[in-house]
Amino acid sequence: MNNIEKVVSDSYVRNKTLLAFILFFVFLAVSIASWAWLHKQPVEAGVVKPLRSVLNFNESFFTNIFSGNHLAKTFPVSAAAPRVRVNGDAGMSEDFDPAAWKLQIVKKTGDTLLISIDEIKSLPKTEIIFDFKCIEGWSQVTHWAGVKFSDFAKHYNLTDEMNLKFTGLITPDEEYYVGIDNKSMVHPQTILCYEMNGAPLPMNQGFPLRLIIPVKYGIKNLKRIGTISFSNNRPKDYWYERGYDYYSGL
Amino acid sequence: MKKIVKKHPLAIRWLHWINFPLLAIMIWSGLLIYWANDVYKIGWGDKTILKFFPDSFNKALNLPFRLAEGMSLHFVFMWIFAINGIIYFLYLLFSKEYKLIFPNKKSIRESWLVILHDLHIKKGLPPQKKYNAAQRIAYTGVIVMGFLMLLTGLAIYKPAQLYWLCAILGGYEWARAEHFIMTILFFLFFLVHVLQVIIAGWNNFRSMVTGFEVLPADSATNAMETDDATTPEITNTNN
Repeated sequence: MNNIEKVVSDSYVRNKTLLAFILFFVFLAVSIASWAWLHKQPVEAGVVKPLRSVLNFNESFFTNIFSGNHLAKTFPVSAAAPRVRVNGDAGMSEDFDPAAWKLQIVKKTGDTLLISIDEIKSLPKTEIIFDFKCIEGWSQVTHWAGVKFSDFAKHYNLTDEMNLKFTGLITPDEEYYVGIDNKSMVHPQTILCYEMNGAPLPMNQGFPLRLIIPVKYGIKNLKRIGTISFSNNRPKDYWYERGYDYYSGL
Repeated sequence: MKKIVKKHPLAIRWLHWINFPLLAIMIWSGLLIYWANDVYKIGWGDKTILKFFPDSFNKALNLPFRLAEGMSLHFVFMWIFAINGIIYFLYLLFSKEYKLIFPNKKSIRESWLVILHDLHIKKGLPPQKKYNAAQRIAYTGVIVMGFLMLLTGLAIYKPAQLYWLCAILGGYEWARAEHFIMTILFFLFFLVHVLQVIIAGWNNFRSMVTGFEVLPADSATNAMETDDATTPEITNTNN
């Protein structure tokens, strides 16, 4: 007979059992202590540091193993919702003056381009109907149109800027701001959007120009772009500061 | 003098107990995430029998407005959950332990006998090895659920990159619903599992910590009579 079963003394059973249970309780105690330790760590942008580090690791892990060019699923126009959900109004100040609006592009050299909405509309138009995904967990098939950011960057000769790591976008009132990796900015489905359901953007959807970036959660789809700038460091990001993942990629 | 019979290998015990706090954290952080879009219910039309979850439940567990916290925990501990599960599965395969867990031809029919026995409708159990037929089905089911948890989770975590996985699962919203249903099933499994462990008693529970069951020294040795010497029959356990 192999050692599947054996006859042993009572004290052998007692000692073995005791040892195993001591280890068991040590394991439970270490688990609970680790949990408590984790919650006592210093906070970095709304999240305790160890978790923040793993979230950052997740970003590099998934950007390295995944392609940057996988397309989000698209739908026929008939699938698009006629009533588009509005979720949040940060950056949508009442005192916005549409007549005075121009898109500001801060170039690497420090020069600022001022671009009118008509100039943007004169560039090749791209439409996209996709399942817009909110970080809260809901999603909605919606219909947008505008200029591909990659076309826009080419037209305004932003090659040097796109070789940097990040793009930062800020609303005119500077109340809402996002930072996005440039790999996602030049993704073929990322557009500077001026139309929703075939009509100009409504005010509460970021008139006159917003970002639509299907490979990110809704929080990165900034409404009413005021200024765009570029950097090798992460530009400031509204929801990142409130504990969310910086990357937020899908 | 006592007779001890080896039951659970060391690896199985560790992986099992590591999974316990891990699953608790995953379900807890999952609840924090789910709250932000708590759309599921049991009912039809306007009729709701059970809302997931009632406000009182959310309030009692302090779930509201903790989405960021939930996501940060979920997307960190997911690694340990996945790695632990993969090691467990590989261990089952390479140690041949899976032969004791995966259902065999007789399992479906015999599992009814086990259920009738557990409900005190019928006396006596079919002969069994480490696990009875109902356990084989339940434990294999929970391994499959673990896999589905991982797959549905990945599909809603990276729906653009893993568009094909998302499509197989019926699309983004279905994958989210499936992930949720799986969580509920996991919790129900947990309840039944704990109940059965309590009913099965101390000797059985102890074996998940120590690895062995303890029998009187002169008890009949079923193991000697089985055709497969590595799989002793243990007659008095049923969890």
